[in-house]
Amino acid sequence: MPGLATQIERYSVVIAIGGVPVRVNTTDGGFLEILQKRYAGFVCAKPHAEFEFDVDLAPPAFANPDADVSVTHRSGRWFMERGDFRAEWNPAARRGSIHQTANPYSIDAVLRIVHTLVLAGQGGFLLHSASAIRNGRAFLFAGISGAGKTTIARLAPADATLLTDEISYVRKEDDRYVAFGTPFTGELAKLGENTSAPVTALYLLAQGAGNRVEPVAAADAGRELLSNVLFFAEDQEMVQQVFQGACDFVQRVPVYRLTFMPDARVWEMIQ
Amino acid sequence: MKKKLYVARSPRIAARMLGEEMLVMSGQGSTLFTLNPTATILWQAADGATPLDEIVERRICSEFEVKPEEALRDAEALAEDLAKHGILLISEEPIASHAVVQEQHRP
Repeated sequence: MPGLATQIERYSVVIAIGGVPVRVNTTDGGFLEILQKRYAGFVCAKPHAEFEFDVDLAPPAFANPDADVSVTHRSGRWFMERGDFRAEWNPAARRGSIHQTANPYSIDAVLRIVHTLVLAGQGGFLLHSASAIRNGRAFLFAGISGAGKTTIARLAPADATLLTDEISYVRKEDDRYVAFGTPFTGELAKLGENTSAPVTALYLLAQGAGNRVEPVAAADAGRELLSNVLFFAEDQEMVQQVFQGACDFVQRVPVYRLTFMPDARVWEMIQ
Repeated sequence: MKKKLYVARSPRIAARMLGEEMLVMSGQGSTLFTLNPTATILWQAADGATPLDEIVERRICSEFEVKPEEALRDAEALAEDLAKHGILLISEEPIASHAVVQEQHRP
């Protein structure tokens, strides 16, 4: 007599961004392939994971990509919602769940939110910036859309290692800041290298008729850094952490305004 | 006789002196403010226990050449404006110390 219970296959992939392994579980082999392709270079073979998420796939009609993202904290759990996903995460239990359709964009947003929450507690942040390593030192290039993040990444010399052209991962480690590569891409549509280096400087991008570098006063640097930090949670403690983290950063890391024209010579000024 | 006013830094904001400027971020909406020099003095002195007229006399009149009555009127208007943005608390009674945020002093 055949068994009455149907065994459900369970697939897992560990995605390590910023050195933080996150296990994602799904019962859909096709979705597993989507994840492995999306996060190629960041898929980790280690069995250990800091956090674990179960993905519950919804039918395509679930998605409403026009809705705003909402991140709230209740009873020790984070609730994340956008038109195309609903997720919750219990940091103490190190577990969470995601309800979304079979696409790589929704889980991408959830991972970004989770990493911003983790980093905020450690004095770090995700930043709207390109970043690259040269001679063992990491440089960040921040700016709003159109400021030149992708352009500066595209102009990088051959000996530079691109960490991202869109969203940088910055962690505070003791008295220094370290930038990690991310799979979060902009127009370049090229995943960053999964590596890291100490942050040497932050450049605030502005496009102009020539190339020049000018130091930025601490308060201006703080304001501009905060305007480029990815932050979703309307939570009092998180606001404090992100604000103080950004202020600490500009007091420890040199911040410059980099006005440049689209010419590879701009990289001669990056040091 | 006019009642004394007490002002206190709201615990619902984050603040830091960067260079010569005081940056303040409110918890609600993550709105960022930059305080002018007078507002910075008022903010730093707003301990919930010192009446506003004493703050004006000791900290503002000594810093700027302004008459106490005029300075107090301006300070009251400024305090109300900061309170509207959730940056300061105003009361006719002293404000408990647990309701006052500690200003961050870091290198």
